[in-house]
Amino acid sequence: MIVDPVTLIVALITVATPILLAAIGELVVEKAGVLNLGVEGMMIMGAVCGFVVAHHSGSAFLGFVAGMGGGIALAFLFAILTQILLANQVASGLALTLFGLGLAALIGVGYGGLALPAVFRPFPDALHDIPVAGPILFSHSVLVYVALILVAAVWYGLTRTRIGLVLRAVGENHDAAHALGYKVVRIRIAAILFGGACAGLGGAFLSVVRVQNWLEAMTAGAGWIALALVVFASWKPWRVLLGAWLFGGIAALQLRLQAAEVGVPVALLDASPYLITIIVLVIISSDRSRAALNAPAMLGRIFHASG
Amino acid sequence: MTALLEIEGLCKAYPGVVANDDIFFSIAPGEIHALLGENGAGKSTLVKMIYGLVKPDRGTMRLRGAAYAPGAPRAARAAGVAMVFQHFSLFEALSVAENIALGMEDPPKSRDLAQRITTVSQTYGLPLDPHRLVGDLSAGERQRVEIIRCLLQDPKLLIMDEPTSVLTPQEVEILFHTLRKLAAEGTAILYISHKLEEIRTLCDAATILRLGRKVGACTPREVTAAHMAELMVGKSLSQPARPDHDPGAVLLEVRALSATPANPFGTALRDIAFLVREGEVLGIGGVAGNGQDELLAALSGETRVAPDAIMFKQQGIGALGPNARRALGLLCAPEERLGHAAAPEMSLTENALLTGRLRQGLDRHGFVDWARTRAFANRIISRFDVRTPGPWVAARALSGGNLQKFVIGREILQEPMVLVVNQPTWGVDASAAAAIRQALLDLAQGGAAVIVISQDLDELLEISDRFCALSEGRLSAPRPARGLSMEEIGLMLGGAHDMHEAVA
Amino acid sequence: MIVLEKRPQPAQAWVIGGPVLAVLLTMIAGGAMFAALGKDPVEAIRIIFWDPLFSEQFAGYSRPQLLVKAGPLILIAIGLSLGFRAGIWNIGAEGQYIVGALCGAAFGLAFWPSTHPLIFPGMLVAGLTGGVLWAMIPALLRVYARTNEILVSLLLVYVAEAMLASAATGWLRNPEGSGFPGSRNLARHAGTDNPELIAGTGMHLGVVAAFVAVIAAHVIMTRHILGYQIRLAGQAPRAAGFGGVNAGRLVILCMGVSGALAGAAGLFEVAGPAGRISIDFNVGYGFTAIIVAFLGRLNPIGILLAGLLMALTFIGGELAQLMLGIPAPAIQAFQGMLLFFLLALDVMANYRIRRKRGALA
Repeated sequence: MIVDPVTLIVALITVATPILLAAIGELVVEKAGVLNLGVEGMMIMGAVCGFVVAHHSGSAFLGFVAGMGGGIALAFLFAILTQILLANQVASGLALTLFGLGLAALIGVGYGGLALPAVFRPFPDALHDIPVAGPILFSHSVLVYVALILVAAVWYGLTRTRIGLVLRAVGENHDAAHALGYKVVRIRIAAILFGGACAGLGGAFLSVVRVQNWLEAMTAGAGWIALALVVFASWKPWRVLLGAWLFGGIAALQLRLQAAEVGVPVALLDASPYLITIIVLVIISSDRSRAALNAPAMLGRIFHASG
Repeated sequence: MTALLEIEGLCKAYPGVVANDDIFFSIAPGEIHALLGENGAGKSTLVKMIYGLVKPDRGTMRLRGAAYAPGAPRAARAAGVAMVFQHFSLFEALSVAENIALGMEDPPKSRDLAQRITTVSQTYGLPLDPHRLVGDLSAGERQRVEIIRCLLQDPKLLIMDEPTSVLTPQEVEILFHTLRKLAAEGTAILYISHKLEEIRTLCDAATILRLGRKVGACTPREVTAAHMAELMVGKSLSQPARPDHDPGAVLLEVRALSATPANPFGTALRDIAFLVREGEVLGIGGVAGNGQDELLAALSGETRVAPDAIMFKQQGIGALGPNARRALGLLCAPEERLGHAAAPEMSLTENALLTGRLRQGLDRHGFVDWARTRAFANRIISRFDVRTPGPWVAARALSGGNLQKFVIGREILQEPMVLVVNQPTWGVDASAAAAIRQALLDLAQGGAAVIVISQDLDELLEISDRFCALSEGRLSAPRPARGLSMEEIGLMLGGAHDMHEAVA
Repeated sequence: MIVLEKRPQPAQAWVIGGPVLAVLLTMIAGGAMFAALGKDPVEAIRIIFWDPLFSEQFAGYSRPQLLVKAGPLILIAIGLSLGFRAGIWNIGAEGQYIVGALCGAAFGLAFWPSTHPLIFPGMLVAGLTGGVLWAMIPALLRVYARTNEILVSLLLVYVAEAMLASAATGWLRNPEGSGFPGSRNLARHAGTDNPELIAGTGMHLGVVAAFVAVIAAHVIMTRHILGYQIRLAGQAPRAAGFGGVNAGRLVILCMGVSGALAGAAGLFEVAGPAGRISIDFNVGYGFTAIIVAFLGRLNPIGILLAGLLMALTFIGGELAQLMLGIPAPAIQAFQGMLLFFLLALDVMANYRIRRKRGALA
């Protein structure tokens, strides 16, 4: 057999985690009615900040915190532009990505190939050695489990709590929410910062855990795939998890196929995660009733309180 | 009897307008108090100040004897003041219970809340299922959501802003019943309206506003509607002139028109049929959200339907787009002025081009003749008395009434053979509304067929030759407008609905 | 408390003054960034904005580079601006640029070593077509499957890069290149080259095309009904539908034009300044053009100026790298900053800042 299913599943979970983190953050942002296309920029900032701090401090945990900080810093810029200065969200998000890629490359000059601390794995080695279930369930770094808990927390928060209800209300009709006395701008800024923290954490996972190196533009479109995942998931947290695993599976599989030198052109394998994301997007989007029902009605619209 | 709310010397100015100038009145517990005035008289600003949405420049309010100056709606609600808005602050994709929870300070658990909603809705005769999505509700049901949201807070003062504009006559009866019951329990109600008969049946006292000032107070049951109208308007309005005429040839015929809505909360059109003749005005009544927008889109060509579902002079045009229909002589004016009938950020000149290009010959080989376009815009402005510094002004800078005159004028000056207008006088001041109605009648007098879709039944009865009602996407059979009673109209408005319920 | 109040009309002074102020603020913030890197900020700014044009030492080389770099930026940005105005977000111009270059180069190499006068026109047509076809994927998917064109066009950039890699190392590789990646040099072969038209100016056919595109776009946007429909669709989509604008056709047209221009820019580049298909011949013009389009306020004349300015930062950035050792990514961050300031100042054109006592925001 060319590909061992157990190692494939382990790899899949690792590959999926950064995208999962970024996508669950973006889901919250979009549920509040804001479209932040700067996920790629926030992720790469998280990746470089996480790497640099983890290298210097010798602590992966501090690296993750720094990664979140890097994502939040960019998200903060986006929040000021779109929520206070009422700039176009599409343009601001693109600016965030372009700026983030440049700034991250600048910060990361000279850091490629430097050493990193080991990452905490919550389960004892004895559990790893259980056949099949051991590697799949217990071999991961702590952030993988954090990501899963985060999905559950976001689901619970959005559907079962008052904060979640208010957030959805703001994304559904900001004028009505404002009329009821809710602070639309503050709620949105909080959501944007949360999204930045998640994207930054995803980026830090990428550099500190998965690749264990810093490379310029190492996110390679992961932020854009995270954005696509949110659409794919019809703005539902559990479906984001499903989509991230699906995407992770394809990405992990194509890497293994490349290594195995099967008779498929490398270019096609390289492009396959992106192509499959597009195909899935098309299938989801053409189901008009569902896509239209779940999308937050105010997505990308500028809110300006008048009167 | 001590007053619940006393207002003294309230003033509020915006750049360029004084919205409220030295307003004073008081409401006793259990009193239904009318606030009467035209659009733009300052009613909305006044109640927004009472509800904490707007801060007065000067003046004082006292609630149960204590100083009252709410900094936000939250504070107003805490003090026992609740408000049902004219444009509902509802979330279509959320359920009734979620919507109500959002309007409460500390809502109970969702199961308890659903229980309380059911209880209150039964007590006050306002049936409502807490688990339905608001987007699926009718306008009347949506208003119930707002009212129940207020009632759950146990308010001492309930403000209702133009509540009957979205209701059928039968629903109005239900609402009045609820309000009287509330008043009997001691709740004061501030009732905003410009409908005089309603106020005479319901209200104990009235304060009348004009141009931001209080111009009078009365006990509505003791005075005539004409007296209140005179106070409200300040002058007598001319009724549109409507000479008799003989019906001409059929210009537009719609048969078995059905269409699915473009958005998930839209209304499907079902099997609509009617015809209009030269020189005739057909009034289509109905409560908002019953398919008016969809019907206009089907007639304008924004929604394509089967070719033979719409016949223009015996020619099937259902599959034609908006411009092809304009070329034939079928013109439309949609309800939403900003964003549909006109582009808000564009100048009046550019907005004149929006529909005028073909019939006014405003382009040559695709190149726009801006001089001609400007001339056309100027013609609309002068002929229809559009108050604006000039045609270079952005559409959104115009008041509602002026922009509506521009939009209607733009279509009328193109000499349509059939003109369809949706809510021609919605949110328009009385004198502009009268001018628009007269212009529509003049157009019909000149031989065109006019279809007026409106929620304002008085308006439709005034200008229509025949009347029909749209309900749940179905159209009742047109009947001569003259001599129709309100009861008959109410049955037409609700009739299709009942039939639908019975079948389903 | 300070609040924003919508202006009845956009303020003309800010429409023009905003970008100028944004450039000044970027110089200040960028200077701070250079200072943080331990470089002299004033000197860095001078090297980036002044020396490429006026220093005796460098201007001879730099001045022609201005047009060489501005040409593709302007050409692509003009195409993008039409769509952006209509609310159609093609952000995958980089992909269309690559595919255009690949198709054009493949056409030229297919007839190698012919020098027939129709080869170059054929390459141009192939480049245009490649760009259009690549742009048609997101366009058709948006119209017929209602798929978000932002995501699809962007994801297709990565697909195009994979194709580029396989072309440079495989099917377009120079058979006489002793196994190194990269195609034959098109610029050094009569018949497939896009030469400098006037020596020492950097002016090649692509630059001419960019100027033509600026003029054509200006005429379309101000005089033609198409420009009106584009603006209408972007500002008030529902009013556009009411006015008879066919939204789907507009998407296909705008995406097609931007794809064609990006594809042409790719071909001009690969047959001229870049010279050949290599794994990294694309230097991100497709993305920088987005900044150019916004910096030029989606206005053709503005884009012309913005393209020149952005080209200047590229050349000046290279110079600063050479002279001061400022890392290359600093320039990308610098350009991103420029876009931020521009977007931030945009608010001034449409809103007025007011002080309000006790306002309820």
